[in-house]
Amino acid sequence: MHNVAVIVRRELQGYFATPLAYVFIVIFLALAGSLAFFAGNFFERGQADLQPFFNFHPWLYLVLIPALAMRLWAEERKSGTIELLLTLPISMTEAVVGKFLASWIFAGIALALTFPFWLTVIYLGNPDNGVILASYIGSFLMAGAFLAVGSCLSALTKNQVIAFVVTAAVCFLFTVSGSQIVLGVLRGWAPQLLLDTVASLSFLTHFNAIVRGVIDLRDAVFFLSTIALFLYANAVVVDLKKAD
Amino acid sequence: MASTSTDPMVEVRNLSKRFGPILAVDDVSFTVGRGEVLGFLGPNGAGKSTTMKMITGFLAPSAGTAVVCGADILADSIAAKRQIGYLPEGAPSYPDMTPLHFLEFVARVRGFSGREAREAIGNAIECTSLGSVLAQPIDTLSKGFKRRVGLAQALLHDPPVLILDEPTDGLDPNQKHDVRKLINLLAAEKAIIISTHLLEEVDAVCTRAVVIAAGRLVADGTPAELEQRSRHHNAVRIELASGMDQAEAALQALPGVESVERVSDDEGTALLVFARGGRSIVAEVADLARDRRWEVAGLRVERGRLEDVFRQVTLAA
Repeated sequence: MHNVAVIVRRELQGYFATPLAYVFIVIFLALAGSLAFFAGNFFERGQADLQPFFNFHPWLYLVLIPALAMRLWAEERKSGTIELLLTLPISMTEAVVGKFLASWIFAGIALALTFPFWLTVIYLGNPDNGVILASYIGSFLMAGAFLAVGSCLSALTKNQVIAFVVTAAVCFLFTVSGSQIVLGVLRGWAPQLLLDTVASLSFLTHFNAIVRGVIDLRDAVFFLSTIALFLYANAVVVDLKKAD
Repeated sequence: MASTSTDPMVEVRNLSKRFGPILAVDDVSFTVGRGEVLGFLGPNGAGKSTTMKMITGFLAPSAGTAVVCGADILADSIAAKRQIGYLPEGAPSYPDMTPLHFLEFVARVRGFSGREAREAIGNAIECTSLGSVLAQPIDTLSKGFKRRVGLAQALLHDPPVLILDEPTDGLDPNQKHDVRKLINLLAAEKAIIISTHLLEEVDAVCTRAVVIAAGRLVADGTPAELEQRSRHHNAVRIELASGMDQAEAALQALPGVESVERVSDDEGTALLVFARGGRSIVAEVADLARDRRWEVAGLRVERGRLEDVFRQVTLAA
């Protein structure tokens, strides 16, 4: 646990030592805001809730989270620091979890900085704070799942651009796998079990369930187990690819 | 060929590493004891770095293992890693961090905190003279400083075993001298393995050298022992003012002489008399010169050249 904390600290230091952290946070807030206001008709709806704000999070994450995750392992491999990191007296699990947690905490900081939206709806009306809290938790869990996918895929390559593109593509599939576009392709020939499985993998479906204000334990478990699965794969990939 | 050390701190046992069809390291075994500085020599791509990566637990061996201060790198890799200070090839470090933050990170990972950590970091900084650049991002430092940051990181926890992959690569002569001085200073208490392809380095710091070629260990001995394998070992270089031709024939006729060569180099023209089987022939040559009243301008016994031995053993492999 101590080692995980040390790695989280170093990683966060790394984020804030470069403009990366500030650029990311500013762009995240600007996009989250403008999408909610302009595309989501935040005011015109005349409802004091954050639905238009949260609705765009999956799409926002699709672009921004791969940018955050792409460097996690690709950079370590490219610069050779992976050799330094993995010859320190820490386990692979500690390294993988530490790097992931730091990026998740960072995403959490960016998400928390959207609190003025919440203050705005409190000022304008009488929102259901339970739903808003649930939505924040759901959004944070989904960000974690995106990050775990990105972390795992960034270990596959030394090239951050490749890591970004592949992560965005895979995350897109996970996001839309419950939609009619994807299910339509499968319907008719694939067995119902496969159809249900693919549909159940959708980040969007699980996220929308939470945003509606129903925190179903199953949705939380879905995201947490997705994170665990991809981090496990992450450790395996790092082990396989570190020598290249 | 075995180490004479009584206190083996690093035991490399039949290490092999296979990358697909390529056998990068092939059944390498050696030991390093306290007080020894082992020079790890070999041409580029011979498997030096791969071997070091296995000893430090970065790469899993395909076969064999290494034991560091009693801890097996396969069975108890964390315990083994605690005993090792490692400078990877190219001295990688986090470019966005400052040396101070970087060393603080390493200190925390190594389990130091508070006053202990400050002391350990202070010592490492002092050893490597990093004081002047502590607050600059590592990215902006010169190659020499980057290398020293890597060294500081390896020395920080005062490890009993130091493994340095090309510690002086890319440094200027003064910096090389400093690093070698540091290694000599640390040598008494530690077991040190340094890889290099600079043979002068072996003479300067190593108490023993192993040569690896195409993944196999082809020589293991003290620098002096290795030099003896050179055909230059105990050869006599004799410079004459005149009568080179007669002298060449006369020297050739001596019983202990293998061959005589005329050499012209920056020291002038001379006869190089090679000894048969590396025996000492200087007395015979001197007697002959006195008897024949040659005008000898210079007479010297050659030590043997590591370079020759290096070529000899690595090209044969």
